[in-house]
Amino acid sequence: MQRFYRRAIKDILENRFLTAITVVTIALSILIAAAFALFFVNAGDMLNLWQKGMRMMVYLKASTSEAERLDTKFRLQGIAGVQEAVYISKDEALTRLKEQMQHHSALLENLKENPLPDSFEITLQPSARNSEELRFLAERIQALPGVAEVEYGQQWIQRFTHIINLFSLAGYAIGALFFMATLFIVANTIRLVLYSRRDEIEIMRLVGATDRFIKIPFYLEGMIQGGAGTVIGLGLLYAGYSALALHFAPGLAGGMIQLRFFSVGASAAAILGGTLIGWLGCWVSLKQFMK
Amino acid sequence: MTEENADAIIRMFHVHKRYGAKFALKDLSLDIYKNEYLFVTGRSGAGKTTLLRLLYLGEEVSEGQVLVDGLNLSRIARNRIPQLRRKFGIIFQDYKLIPTKTVFENVALVLEVAGRKPSLIAKKVKSVLRMVGMEDRIDAYPQSLSGGEQQRVAVARAAAGDPKIILADEPTGSLDEESADVIMSFLDTFHSRGATIIIATHDKELLERGHARIIQLRDGQLWSTETV
Ligand SMILES: Nc1ncnc2c1ncn2[C@@H]1O[C@H](COP(=O)(O)OP(=O)(O)O)[C@@H](O)[C@H]1O
Ligand SMILES: [Mg+2]
Repeated sequence: MQRFYRRAIKDILENRFLTAITVVTIALSILIAAAFALFFVNAGDMLNLWQKGMRMMVYLKASTSEAERLDTKFRLQGIAGVQEAVYISKDEALTRLKEQMQHHSALLENLKENPLPDSFEITLQPSARNSEELRFLAERIQALPGVAEVEYGQQWIQRFTHIINLFSLAGYAIGALFFMATLFIVANTIRLVLYSRRDEIEIMRLVGATDRFIKIPFYLEGMIQGGAGTVIGLGLLYAGYSALALHFAPGLAGGMIQLRFFSVGASAAAILGGTLIGWLGCWVSLKQFMK
Repeated sequence: MTEENADAIIRMFHVHKRYGAKFALKDLSLDIYKNEYLFVTGRSGAGKTTLLRLLYLGEEVSEGQVLVDGLNLSRIARNRIPQLRRKFGIIFQDYKLIPTKTVFENVALVLEVAGRKPSLIAKKVKSVLRMVGMEDRIDAYPQSLSGGEQQRVAVARAAAGDPKIILADEPTGSLDEESADVIMSFLDTFHSRGATIIIATHDKELLERGHARIIQLRDGQLWSTETV
């Protein structure tokens, strides 16, 4: 096996220029595809975070009696999809508002009367965190006596989800495209190398070399190119990511959202994948060449 | 197949070889015996090279059958062809050295494809190169060698794997006297060690070295056989 490695390395060195072009092209393909993947990973994180923190506010009509309030709470908790309903009195709401507006609380000090309604803050069960369920839930709650208004940040989350879905579709298409491109590039490089060595291969056969003996170094070559290209592509992406993250992460939702790179496992899987593409590209051209 | 002669290492039965409509060999039947020294002669275009090529499946017969050391070449599986070829040491008319490999690597190749150990390969390669007087040029590349020197390397490569049969196509074709002598005595050595030697040549002088069977081809047919 060591001998085959030596032959593969020798081949790579002898075809330095061709190998370099191949590796760089693979690296660029991987870079672009991985950049997309990384975007989805982080956008997905964001979406999850928002959905997890998603709440529904149920505002009660003014002049609701204690009994009506208790009845409403009881009914709310009976509705499927509601995890918890916490009562927030209008006084409490005002206190919260004042806390949030620290510097401008003077504005509120002068109020003669609390303009805020009593309300319930509803935490949703995970199963209810999609737009269909949400709308249905909101309608049911709206129909309860004593409820003045139901508010939830549905619209924009829904739109965001749509955009992400659209992007991920484009992402899959681009991924497939770059997969094909990488395969094609490796297959062509190996084909060129095979072509430039056809006399040598013929001589090897005449002196009794098996197909296996002839093919193994080419497979190694393809795999080394695929693996190296992926490592370089991911490395470039990491460099770009680090620079961007340093600049923008603190500004993102006040540091609430943590940007992340691919995990070590995912990176290793990608490198393995690149190596496999190299193998596959080699397989394609050898199949044509050796018939 | 009837075993008329158990000592035959190669048997050809009514072999025809056509290139398009043109016959290169016509109805050739021939037994070649173990440890025989055989010259195949005839004018240029008589079919000598074609005959050799049929033996190691460099070409397939158009008709007839060829048996080599018990293998029927019309029925051999593709993945066993390397096994067939390792029975031969072949000295090609155009040498067929690999230009990107050194003298050492060229000779070592036949031992590598047979899966020999690196330590054994180094020893064996040096020993055969010494026998043809090329031990000083071990790291040279073929293009830096003269025709005669390349021929000697090709001969060393053919013998390195201790093949049962050595095929030589015009081994002294365009050589100086000294190289020709080196090569012929090298082949004699392997003959005395038990190898079967088959030499295609139109060089009349070679035939006078004695102790061989000489067959003559004419227009692809077996014309005459004599033993000297
Ligand atoms: N690959 C080929 N294609 C077509 N004709 C060929 C081929 N090889 C040999 N021939 C023809 O077959 C005949 C025998 O050739 P060859 O065996 O090379 O003769 P020799 O080696 O005795 O000079 C010649 O007429 C030659 O032109
Ligand atoms: Mg010839």
